[in-house]
Amino acid sequence: MISKKEIEHIANLSKLKFNKDEIEGFAEKFSEIINYVEKLQEVDTKGVETTYQVNPNTQFMREDNVLESFSNEEALSNAPDKQYGYFKLPKILD
Amino acid sequence: MAYKTIIGLEIHSELMTNSKIFCNCTTEFGGDINTHCCPVCLGLPGALPVINKKVVEYGIRAGIAFHSDIARETKMDRKNYFYPDLVKGYQISQDNIPLCSGGFIEVEKEDGPKEIRIRRIHIEEDTGKSVHSEDGGSLLDYNRSGVPLIEIVTEPDMNSPEEVKEFLEKLKATLEYIEVSDVKMEEGSLRCDVNINVVEEETGVKTSITELKNLNSFKAVVKALEYEEKRHIELLKEGKENLKETRRWDEVNNETIVMRVKEGAADYRYFPEPDLVKIEIEEEWIESIRKNLPELPHDKKERFMKEYDIPEYDAGVLTQSKYLAAFYEETVKYSDDPKQVSNWIMGDVLRRINDEEIEIKDLKFTSKDLGELLKLIEDGKISNNIGKKVLRDMFDTGKSPSTIVKEKGLIQISDEGALKEIVEKVIKNNEQSIMDYKNGKNRALGFLVGQVMKETRGKANPQLANKLILEIIDEK
Amino acid sequence: MDLINLSATELRRKILNGEISSKEVVESYLDRIEKIEDNIEAFITLDREEALKAAEEVDRKIENGDKVGVLAGIPIAIKDNISTSGLKTTCGSKMLENYIPPYDATVIENIKKEDGIIIGKTNMDEFAMGSSTETSYFKTTKNPYDLNKVSGGSSGGSAAAIAACEVPLALGSETGGSVRQPASFCGVVGLKPTYGLVSRYGVVSYASSLDQVGPLAKDVEGIALLLNAITGYDEKDSTSIKKDKVDYLKALDEDIKGMKIGLPKEYFSENVDEKVKGKILEAVEVLKGLGAEVEEISLPYTEYALACYYIVANGEASSNLSRFDGVNFGYRTDDYSNLEELYTNTRSEGFGEEVKRRIMVGTYVLSSGYYDEYYKKAQQVRTLIKNDFKKTFEKYDIILAPTSPILPFNIGDKIEDPLSMYMSDVLTVSVNLAGVCALSVPCGYVEGLPVGLQIIGDSFEEEKILKLAYNYEQNRGIDIEMPSLRSEENGL
Repeated sequence: MISKKEIEHIANLSKLKFNKDEIEGFAEKFSEIINYVEKLQEVDTKGVETTYQVNPNTQFMREDNVLESFSNEEALSNAPDKQYGYFKLPKILD
Repeated sequence: MAYKTIIGLEIHSELMTNSKIFCNCTTEFGGDINTHCCPVCLGLPGALPVINKKVVEYGIRAGIAFHSDIARETKMDRKNYFYPDLVKGYQISQDNIPLCSGGFIEVEKEDGPKEIRIRRIHIEEDTGKSVHSEDGGSLLDYNRSGVPLIEIVTEPDMNSPEEVKEFLEKLKATLEYIEVSDVKMEEGSLRCDVNINVVEEETGVKTSITELKNLNSFKAVVKALEYEEKRHIELLKEGKENLKETRRWDEVNNETIVMRVKEGAADYRYFPEPDLVKIEIEEEWIESIRKNLPELPHDKKERFMKEYDIPEYDAGVLTQSKYLAAFYEETVKYSDDPKQVSNWIMGDVLRRINDEEIEIKDLKFTSKDLGELLKLIEDGKISNNIGKKVLRDMFDTGKSPSTIVKEKGLIQISDEGALKEIVEKVIKNNEQSIMDYKNGKNRALGFLVGQVMKETRGKANPQLANKLILEIIDEK
Repeated sequence: MDLINLSATELRRKILNGEISSKEVVESYLDRIEKIEDNIEAFITLDREEALKAAEEVDRKIENGDKVGVLAGIPIAIKDNISTSGLKTTCGSKMLENYIPPYDATVIENIKKEDGIIIGKTNMDEFAMGSSTETSYFKTTKNPYDLNKVSGGSSGGSAAAIAACEVPLALGSETGGSVRQPASFCGVVGLKPTYGLVSRYGVVSYASSLDQVGPLAKDVEGIALLLNAITGYDEKDSTSIKKDKVDYLKALDEDIKGMKIGLPKEYFSENVDEKVKGKILEAVEVLKGLGAEVEEISLPYTEYALACYYIVANGEASSNLSRFDGVNFGYRTDDYSNLEELYTNTRSEGFGEEVKRRIMVGTYVLSSGYYDEYYKKAQQVRTLIKNDFKKTFEKYDIILAPTSPILPFNIGDKIEDPLSMYMSDVLTVSVNLAGVCALSVPCGYVEGLPVGLQIIGDSFEEEKILKLAYNYEQNRGIDIEMPSLRSEENGL
């Protein structure tokens, strides 16, 4: 079982939180999944290469051309808040 | 007790490509807020990066200039952290296989050159910028989001603030030379983070490393390091232990201030960027970049000594910056005396530039103007002293020397007829001096020439004035 | 003539020869949707007006004798994680409830270029994380064969929309079986193309190294038709692969005599429903009858595929989903007093439970101290799984297997038990890890519920699997009863 403290650390990295009544249940299911994926430890992978990408190609590199960008209006079209053409984050008390 | 200061740098330099590293938005400075943005650099869901070849090329150029090994196969990685400037929640950077590894920059020391080793150079994307709104919120502009950067990390090989300054100047000059960055620290296109600690040489006791941020000029780097050097030595003297922390330079109060104490390393969860595939760099490509690399400072210095027959010292000063070197070479085209040009640039021009803390690029006049001025002097049209006055005017107004000379009527009077009248007038008014001269007081001649110069407000050709005075005295 | 019962290729023929207009077709489907959508709940957003407008435009082109694209006038439903300019793209999440992309995904550009009519956006598991659409923030899509059963997932909305004759063609997306499994559950055909064949640009990433858009249709021809429109190298997607364009429709008519088929024993283990196995073996007999040579084979690393998949997929997902932080698009919490809370509350309120769980798993496997043990290890196992396929395809043309180990399950049965839900992907994830192609084609019914036959081919062997599927489809000897016909009786 993964400790509550560890879960809180991971939650902090993930910018997620679980309140008191959630965390027990969460920790249990989370641990189950981690236990399940532990299965991989059975596999002997000594000397086996990693596959991060199945595409065997090498990177296409584009030419350094400038194309049209969004207008300010398009750029901000989904902004939760905006002001003077900027995306806005409200006053935050630290 | 002897102390040794240990300093290492992390330098970020914006690359001057036309478009951003992973999209085709312009990198142009300025521009209306949030108008150099697209799905990719705004991190919109579904948008994917495509790497700009020029960025890789510029990275390789830097690697070649700093004698690094260029990776034949490399990759991009994700560095995960949350910050409002960072649209995707991760920065696309490079982790364990940087584009360039190793290398060095040589700095001049009194006891000869010293190599400062470079650990790595990698390419990555810049973040957006935030400013405060009047109601205390933050306003975010992503025009800079995705502008390409190279990060240069040195080994902790520098042992004094002065050495760091030398290093940075050399680095800046080289980046300018190879035309990958315009390296303006004040505008943020060059950013420098510094790690410093001090070791007590006899006992080997060390202070914990302090990371310095918010250093906006070379001067700030030096001042902050001097401050920290003292602070660390003080800590050792007092036998105090310090925490590993990040401090920022407060320019107003001339001190460093703690930003945060580092508790263990940040967990960035680096992993290979799955939206990109491996980057292969062909040997031929590296070779063609090497072949087409603009002339490096050292080569230029050698060439100047040979081509213009100027002393090593002069060549060294003139090739400190690409812009200065170019200014010199341009000016020489208009003059017949390269050493004279060197004297003027190293003297009056650089003095003024240093006094005003500007750069050669900021001058109001061109190399052609300076060349014209020197030609006026060489041809005897104006005197050296008048030349200096004209140069001051050029600094202030940007007017061409011929205009200034014409407007102020500074053309040297070399017409015998015209000057003779003035000389006669001066002699008439200074009978005593003639007597003195005839009685062997040579100084009196100088006085008379001076009077002629005064009378002509410096425009008289002094050699001619001298000759005329002697002629008239002889006649008497 | 009931237009909604025609296949996509039939519709295409009739529209092109002027027998019917695209507008009539679109109207028929919109009527159908009007009638049954409340029961099926396949769509999150419908775009009636734009669809009709686009249909009229295509009709005008045809009338004028202008050249039209391969999808001319055919309605298509799009999974709601594919960006459509000006049309909401929610990913089935509260996080993007009101998000309207200012750009089109490349596949959408391609569909528009080929004159396809986008009719709406289909329901899905939140951010494609699930196998039943139950993790959708908005609704659960019902299985048109039995409204108490799930449609499968994550592309359940697209699969159910086709099964219910709400649309003749649809796009889904796969990360670990999200097209094939719902296709199997809903009795339609669904294809997972080779990684790199279809551009991912504009498709909201779940796991970048696994994601691939795939077509769904009533029949194999429909799949080939839509695949023709969406494939092609895209400079905007660095993981897409340059290949000569293929006409997948052309390949269908060839026979399959002498084709070598492997049946991996690991895909017929005791964890697979006997009745499902039975249907697959019946299909094998049909193929043998058509001249295919079938042998038992082994893909020994199969048992590790699911664990490997969950590490790789969630690792990438934890990073891909970091952009949803309430700063410049999507949901933002009202409840915060500092930046940390803004992030944490936005994400905790905006994401559902399954998404949070996968982000947490992904963060865990990438975090300092665990990376080598989990993430790196999984990428090594991925190599072994890939090699399993590589070796097999040196000898065999095709691998055959069930698509899902189980029949469509009841809504609510597995949602509380993530691991048992994950198990429904156990036969599909290997294909994504290896990057090869596969499709699911209906091969009969068990207890009135459809069963899918999975046909797996090597990378860029789409023609082979389509050909086999088409030959099977033409000769399977099963009455495929689209639930649309049954639904009339059911009073839908």
